[in-house]
Amino acid sequence: METGSSQNSGTSAPTTASGAEPVWTGLPSGLLRMRRLLLVVWLGLAALAAGVLPGVFAGPPWAAFALLPLALLVWGWVLLGRNWRSWRYAERADDLLISRGVLWREETVVPYGRMQLVEVTSGPVERHFGLASVQLHTAAAATDATIPGLDPAEAERLRDRLTELGEARSAGL
Amino acid sequence: MTAPGAADAVREERWVTDRRLHPITPFRRAWAPVAVLAGWAAHDPNQAQEQLTRLTTTMLLAGLAVLVPAAALYGFLSWWFTYFAVTDSELRIRTGLLFRRTAHIRLERIQAVDVTRPLLARVAGVAKLRIDVVGADKKDELAFLGEGEARALRAELLARAAGFAPETAHEVGEAPARELMHVPPRELALSLVLTGATWGSLAAALVVPPVLWLLTQSVWTVLATGLPLLGAAGASSVGRFVAEYDWTVAESPDGLRIDHGLLDRTHETVPPGRVQTVRIVEPLLWRRRGWVRVELDVAGSSNSVLVPVAPRAVAEDVVARVLPGVSVPRSLERPPRRAGWCVPLWWRGYGIEVTGTVFAARHGLLRRSLSLVPHAKVQSVRLAQGPWERLWRLSDVHVDTGADKTVTARLRDAEGAAELLHGQAERSRTGRRDALPDRWMA
Repeated sequence: METGSSQNSGTSAPTTASGAEPVWTGLPSGLLRMRRLLLVVWLGLAALAAGVLPGVFAGPPWAAFALLPLALLVWGWVLLGRNWRSWRYAERADDLLISRGVLWREETVVPYGRMQLVEVTSGPVERHFGLASVQLHTAAAATDATIPGLDPAEAERLRDRLTELGEARSAGL
Repeated sequence: MTAPGAADAVREERWVTDRRLHPITPFRRAWAPVAVLAGWAAHDPNQAQEQLTRLTTTMLLAGLAVLVPAAALYGFLSWWFTYFAVTDSELRIRTGLLFRRTAHIRLERIQAVDVTRPLLARVAGVAKLRIDVVGADKKDELAFLGEGEARALRAELLARAAGFAPETAHEVGEAPARELMHVPPRELALSLVLTGATWGSLAAALVVPPVLWLLTQSVWTVLATGLPLLGAAGASSVGRFVAEYDWTVAESPDGLRIDHGLLDRTHETVPPGRVQTVRIVEPLLWRRRGWVRVELDVAGSSNSVLVPVAPRAVAEDVVARVLPGVSVPRSLERPPRRAGWCVPLWWRGYGIEVTGTVFAARHGLLRRSLSLVPHAKVQSVRLAQGPWERLWRLSDVHVDTGADKTVTARLRDAEGAAELLHGQAERSRTGRRDALPDRWMA
């Protein structure tokens, strides 16, 4: 069934696993730009509404409410940056590694042989920014392996490579 | 097909031809219109009464005269247009009068075969046959077949799925079975008496309605809450006893056989290598007697009990049959002491052990539950760490299996968990090498 590479055929797992240090790839900056733009647009509108409406109806001092969304905006700006930096993935010889999260960290390992389906999705906003996300499905629904905000070319390359490796190592249920 | 094979071809053709279900099938939904009316009456009793008084006898008769033939016609047509056929590689079920639907169930993908005989069906001498495959619908069951036909079909499907040549598959017959264990009724009854859920639901059914009566003095409120509570109490005590009565686990070359039931008889065959997870559950009150309950997960199957109650040694013996070469680990590694800062007290219930064949994780302090996942069945491995856990240098390792169950090793030391993550990914990848093929006899 398995036609895995020969150099990793040893069963003493920890030594081989730590021996091959994964080569991590981060996400392109397009995703960060898109998320920050959306943040600015929505919170900017909210700040405008929170400033103008009380300012007109209850007197100018009440326009200070606009500071609330603005503070959120600054906070969100920093948060998005940290979150974006935390995303990374690595294609190893036999499995795909995805690591993400700042406060709630999560690292997922999916052996290529377990992949049932590779999905490339791109919504209208993502398409405008030239982004696409790759999602891996295994037979377990709990497997949460998504890489968002990739370059479409990179997403397609990843999809083709994952499909190819998945076919070669296919193991099913 | 060449000339010498002509006779075979004829037989093959006869064998692949579509078959119909048992002619009693149209009556299985005869109660549906009655149930709809009863449901409506129970949902809105006042209006139902009002409507009933307005009906005259003639209208009632006229209504029946229309409704009964219509239901009968529908039942007859849906039976007439339902066919099934077993081909070399799949079971085909064609249904639908207006909207045609054909289900192709690939035989090597079979996860389990269920044959159920509800009480009325037993009286009529028929049975339901259901093939569990991943993503199968509730509709994809063969209801009803004659009892003998169902047994023959099950044997044939399993023989074909096992990889016997199609020409001989229907002559292979049923594989011989060897009984592994049987639960005596006394033990089952005692185990239910020693289960907290039984007493909890009984107490709720006895206490809540009088209290409500004192508070509201309304018959409807009491009935509306009392009846479901009573139903739940009955289901968790008598219902469970009836369902798990005469529980027998047997072993045969085409897999594990589970038979149970007092009124409704249920049979399940799980072919080799289909079990994704096994859980050994040990409720608090059973511990003195050394009893355990064994549950198993098979992708696409709804049944999850393997042994309702058994002494630990017997249960472990059955587990060793289900997962060949697996011994239930005795001592488990607990989380480090500082895990008490994340989960006070209950951290002592957690523990893991990784052997050459399985990943075992335990949780629960009072009601201990030990989950075993064969390395070959692991679909993905995840490591998760929240901010509070990071402060104490702990993290959780999740192991996802194909039956949509996740086994979690909680509160491991962060460095050990990272090692465990990569080690487990490696083991699950290589664990496939010596696994049985999908067609286990081929």
